[in-house]
Amino acid sequence: MEFLASFFDQYGLLLAQGTGDTIVMSVAATIFAYVIGIPLGVALVVTAPGGLRPHRVLNAVLGWITNIGRSVPFIILLVVLIPVTRWIVGTSLGVPGAVVPLTVAAAPFVGRMVEQSLAEVDGGLVEAAQSFGAGVWQIVAKVFLRESLPSLIRGASIAFITLFGYSAMAGMVGAGGLGDIAIRYGYQRYQGDVMVAALILCIVLVQVVQSLGNLLARKVDKRR
Amino acid sequence: MIQLEHLNKTYDGAAGAAHHALSDVSLTIEDGDVFGIIGASGAGKSTLVRCVNLLERPTAGRVVIDGADVTNLKGKELLRLRASIGMIFQNFSLFQQRTVLGNVMFPLELRHEKRDAAERRARELLELVELGDKVDRYPSQLSGGQQQRVAIARALANSPKVMLCDEATSALDTRTTVSILDLLADINKELGVTMVVITHSLAVAKKICSRIAVIDAGRIVEEGSTADVFSSPQSPVTRELLEYDSLSGDPGAWREPKEPAGNRLDDPAIMSSLAPIGAPLNPVMVTRGELEGE
Repeated sequence: MEFLASFFDQYGLLLAQGTGDTIVMSVAATIFAYVIGIPLGVALVVTAPGGLRPHRVLNAVLGWITNIGRSVPFIILLVVLIPVTRWIVGTSLGVPGAVVPLTVAAAPFVGRMVEQSLAEVDGGLVEAAQSFGAGVWQIVAKVFLRESLPSLIRGASIAFITLFGYSAMAGMVGAGGLGDIAIRYGYQRYQGDVMVAALILCIVLVQVVQSLGNLLARKVDKRR
Repeated sequence: MIQLEHLNKTYDGAAGAAHHALSDVSLTIEDGDVFGIIGASGAGKSTLVRCVNLLERPTAGRVVIDGADVTNLKGKELLRLRASIGMIFQNFSLFQQRTVLGNVMFPLELRHEKRDAAERRARELLELVELGDKVDRYPSQLSGGQQQRVAIARALANSPKVMLCDEATSALDTRTTVSILDLLADINKELGVTMVVITHSLAVAKKICSRIAVIDAGRIVEEGSTADVFSSPQSPVTRELLEYDSLSGDPGAWREPKEPAGNRLDDPAIMSSLAPIGAPLNPVMVTRGELEGE
């Protein structure tokens, strides 16, 4: 008990700060990644062969960009994007400096997830909507996005957890967070106790997010 | 009045092989008709009915509705044409994440109707199809017959003059089929809605249609009043269909339309393949679903 008390005295603030940084980075990057990823996923579905507005060239170009974005390892992206990050948020350091590369890393991934969710929507529903005179945008909003909402929510929790993992590397640009604490204290200073504490916090956070995501997805799903 | 004039529909197949889904199809469907289009699966009936609201665009030919050539409509005008024609489907195609009420309001939402007016209209229609007590349910909570009633209410939301029914009862059991056909007949009579009924079931055609056309391999092989076609079929295809139908029970008797012919135990093809076993074959009325304990 005494150990725990003195441990928290010494590292409580650090871990709380790390947890806060991790949450801010992951949440902000998830939101921005969806701002880019939803239009990207919609465009991939709409322009696909047999889609609502098939467009071979546009579809191929979007597909390439998405694949290129997904093939660059995050740790390299973090460095390569430094000038871009500086241009967008004014600094390449700290939490704001990490959010830009996190967003860029996640957007193509989110785009593919959204594409996947929308592709699962029954083609019969799209045809039914067309038969009532729905236009392309109406079908996107009222059929694709609306009918795939449970799947989109499940995808969002996966995206969040992936970004949570990426954010461990954001320590490289001084963004902090739980992953950074685990590396600096555990790996570089041989302080196993701090590392374990940081890991426990990571596990709890991921579990909570996944459970909340599942719960929400079940709640909005009216299929059973 | 719907006039289909010399419709052709060709799909480009692999390796340059073209598939002719429709070949020179001409039909006239008068206002107030219940017009049946019957044929085996793959005969082109679904493609044909989709040419009426241009979900499929014919490769050649004209679609004329109330005197206006609509074949090449685009943009807003095309959407307006489609909105003026109701459609129901084999698998109901209800929006799973919307309530029954939300489904019926869908076509009204599309043209930005005021919410309370749309809701009032939707409730009226659900009363008409006898589902006034199910407005807040979701499709997954309804039986097949109830789902098709919701789909019918939804198809009527825009007060169409024409309703397209694509195998609307093929997923339903006999009793439910009868009640849905009765409902469609009522809508035809009371509201004067012209019905175009696509079906592979002669029983369905016989029960509800005033005129029928028989389609085979993308061509209309026979057309006439239902009574004429059934009593003196002119085309060998029609005769074959009738014969086939009578094999499954008493000629002309109501038969289970639940399973497509190919899945029935009394399918002649299956019967003959069983013949070498030598067991006395009794063409009993058993569907696969029943065998599987459904």
